[in-house]
Amino acid sequence: MVKQVSTVDTTNNAKKTPDKEQPWRELGLKQEEYDRIKLILDRRPTSAELAMYSVMWSEHCSYKSSKIYLRQFGEKVTDEMKKNLMVGMGENAGVVDIGEGWAVTFKVESHNHPSYIEPFQGAATGVGGIVRDILTMGARPIAVMDQLRFGAVANPDTARVVNGVVSGISFYGNCLGLPNIGGETVFDKVYQGNPLVNALSVGALRHEDLKLAKASNPGDLVILFGARTGADGIGGVSVLASETFDADGPSRRPAVQVGDPFAEKVLIECCLELYAAKVVAGIQDLGGAGLSCATSELASNGRAGMRVQLQEVLLRDESLTPEEILMSESQERMMAIVPKKDLKAFTAIVNKYEVEFSVLGEVIREPRLYINWGKEEIVNVPPRSVAHDGPVYERPVAYPAWLDNLNNNSVNHAQLRRATNPSKLAEQLIQIVSSPNQASKSWITDQYDHYVGGNTALAMPDDSGMVRVSEETGLGVAIATDANGRYCQLDPYNGAKLALAESYRNVASSGAVPMAVTNCLNFGSPENPEVMWQFKQATAGLADGCLELGIPVTGGNVSFYNQTGDVAIYPTPVVGVLGVIDDVARRIPSGWQDAGNNIYLLGITRDELDGSVWSEVIHDHLGGKPPVVDLAAEKALAELLQGASLQGLLASTHDLSEGGLAQTLVESTLRFGMGARVWLNEITERDQVDLTAALFSESTARVIVSVGREDDVKFVGLCEARGIPVLRIGVTDASGQLEIQDLATWSIEEIKSSHSATIPELFG
Amino acid sequence: MKIGVVTFPGTLDDRDAQRAVRIAGGEVVKLWHADANLHSVDAVILPGGFSFGDYLRCGAIAAQAPVMESIIDAANGGLPVLGICNGFQVLVESHLLPGGLIRNEHQHFICRDQKLIVENVDTAWTNGFKLGQEITIPLKNGEGGYIADDETLRRLEGDGLIAFRYSEVNPNGSVNNIAGLRNARGNVVGLMPHPEHAVEPGFGPDTPLAMRSGIDGLTFFTSVLNQVVNS
Repeated sequence: MVKQVSTVDTTNNAKKTPDKEQPWRELGLKQEEYDRIKLILDRRPTSAELAMYSVMWSEHCSYKSSKIYLRQFGEKVTDEMKKNLMVGMGENAGVVDIGEGWAVTFKVESHNHPSYIEPFQGAATGVGGIVRDILTMGARPIAVMDQLRFGAVANPDTARVVNGVVSGISFYGNCLGLPNIGGETVFDKVYQGNPLVNALSVGALRHEDLKLAKASNPGDLVILFGARTGADGIGGVSVLASETFDADGPSRRPAVQVGDPFAEKVLIECCLELYAAKVVAGIQDLGGAGLSCATSELASNGRAGMRVQLQEVLLRDESLTPEEILMSESQERMMAIVPKKDLKAFTAIVNKYEVEFSVLGEVIREPRLYINWGKEEIVNVPPRSVAHDGPVYERPVAYPAWLDNLNNNSVNHAQLRRATNPSKLAEQLIQIVSSPNQASKSWITDQYDHYVGGNTALAMPDDSGMVRVSEETGLGVAIATDANGRYCQLDPYNGAKLALAESYRNVASSGAVPMAVTNCLNFGSPENPEVMWQFKQATAGLADGCLELGIPVTGGNVSFYNQTGDVAIYPTPVVGVLGVIDDVARRIPSGWQDAGNNIYLLGITRDELDGSVWSEVIHDHLGGKPPVVDLAAEKALAELLQGASLQGLLASTHDLSEGGLAQTLVESTLRFGMGARVWLNEITERDQVDLTAALFSESTARVIVSVGREDDVKFVGLCEARGIPVLRIGVTDASGQLEIQDLATWSIEEIKSSHSATIPELFG
Repeated sequence: MKIGVVTFPGTLDDRDAQRAVRIAGGEVVKLWHADANLHSVDAVILPGGFSFGDYLRCGAIAAQAPVMESIIDAANGGLPVLGICNGFQVLVESHLLPGGLIRNEHQHFICRDQKLIVENVDTAWTNGFKLGQEITIPLKNGEGGYIADDETLRRLEGDGLIAFRYSEVNPNGSVNNIAGLRNARGNVVGLMPHPEHAVEPGFGPDTPLAMRSGIDGLTFFTSVLNQVVNS
């Protein structure tokens, strides 16, 4: 079907009207960027080309402010670290060899801004987008996780965002049939006008099934399939639309995409069958920047070109302009590069799934992207200039003027009162474990299906999520994510390392061997030199940390402009660590399971309360320096846990982090309702700390484990041989109580109701 | 023993149901919604998910699929059929079981380890249980609230057609705590909870003995295999 549209801006027209005013500024381009486009094309761009460049050169797609810092993730690596990396950064998602012919691919991505405007659809399509990234690598998606940051619980708008986001994730993820195996939820007023909604997905594939997003064989067909293209997610391009068309034409378009998880589920099964039939030479999902991105990236990656007839795109709305079609971010679409000889087989499979498709054009040898609208040529560009050779900025950085004051205002400097009497300390403990950030998140996670697939070996509230990959051998992967914005505000370099250390420790606590890292770097405006300094520090910290731990960054995502007015969020680099376990049957629970086991604290407790939950919940304070990171100690601890778990010595392991030992004791008892008697005097004596620090310090490289009495000697011997500080601090029992000697005794029911009532009371 | 597992577009737990059949010792036959041929299976499972996106009403579109025409005929002739969650909704929409399933009372999707009481053991899918036995089966649904008119409820209760009731917690506002039903002949059973998620140690619900070790769901599948062997 050929439509007659006379107002289309052709390449010929662009040559003839070099001085036509174009809305480059409204589309977010800078003068020098617009000039550069003219230089590349040797003429002004057509409105379609302008639309393509404007979205592909946006911060979101081009990483123009972050690129110079992200490079170090590829540079600060050893050969040993690269050994298991099948696909590194730059593809849709990194791919890691986990052995036995299996590989996994995983990535975390942000969907922050849409989720504030329209929480339900924003969060839903965030899940949909990351899952398509995983699918694009040739993998079957096997699990999802979410990292959420909301405003203060007391603010009335927070409930709107929380309810919308949680229902959106629940709606989309549950309908896709992917188990949700964990995540994070944090409340802080800094996220009030800018919540963070990050979504992670992991997929598994056989080595030989790896797919790449490239179009390299001339003559192969370019096929768009899945949902029809509509007017959703067009955003800034509406400026162009109103430029090109009169008042009767399409006007303001919604900027938030609308998701249909059913269409995506069908698309997943359809793609997996296409892969199995080996009829797809290259594949790319359509997410941010839609067709502009898919066509230019496929061609650029394949060092080839493409001829595309835009009128072949199946539309939901026939009034869309060519520019809008190029920009549309309609969900649940994929682009496949299919050899001509395989078209029949391709057609049979998509027809089986009742998925619509259209052949848009073909791959050409010349590295040029030609897009026609009917007979008119509206795009004629080098694909690489759109997809990969965008602008790169070295933006100004400046040490924040306020940081020294913040660092000086430590817990000790501010003379925060420390309780000494037992009843006061006990009261603080309950206050902390029932505070919104430390309370049970089961009201949220119970809205997610964590069973589907039948391979979930661990899920919330355990330290990490774990799924089985091979049903034959039990080979599986564990994933944990972490970010502590408060620590990063105090020290972004060490804050990022601390996030890495905690995710790493969580994965090791489950019995898996940490192997690879992904990240989602949520920051304020890159145009603010202080934010750029935070970004520089955080990326350096993460890259240095990964080098020290010997695990590579395989990919990730940057989200800038997370701020309200001039006030940026705390730097929030979410760090995800993936680990491998040879048999998920060997995984370690996070809670006490059996009575009569000894409880050991591994690691040293220092007086580290700056930036802690205790300082926030009890004193509403933030200042000083975050806990010291000791990655050598983390590594030694992880190796000990692996050794002990291989020998079957560990009945449970739970890491210590936010909320300190107090939080970990409460979670360990509540996981299976097993009681315990715990004493603190040996910690205070050995480590020379007071009771407040013993309970609430957030010193790193610490876990508690429970060990059966018959394994005691062996376990303690193992710790001593490896130089890991070990202290017996308690015994589990079936008393139905948690007793902290000389402090308090609570019934498990009492603690459970304090810990689990908070979130439903706020949002239920 | 051949057990057919149906896949509709949007079915999610089909591979789980297939695994459950294999673990129980049965042979799996994959059935596709658009194919009316049942490939001479000895029993059929309609698994959970969001068939056809749950558009219109949960299970309503799936109930019209070509495979369902054959299944309805075969069920009326005595073929054992188990509907799990969305499959239960399909059975209700196909009028193989009475009543309806509506949005959970609290309006949220809920995923939890659910205790059930086995109310009837004279069916193809429950004959391995003891009457009154308490079992733990994962439950996960957004529209699991069972409703029926008073007359139907009286008949269900009077004729002993309630197969399972929720114990301790009613998770979705179902009337009379109804979690699952049987038909008069006992070959058709439908329930909201997911027995296929409690068949393999390590991947089921927690038990007092060990994490994720619950396999109460396995009895559904062994029951039907025994029944088929005996008949």
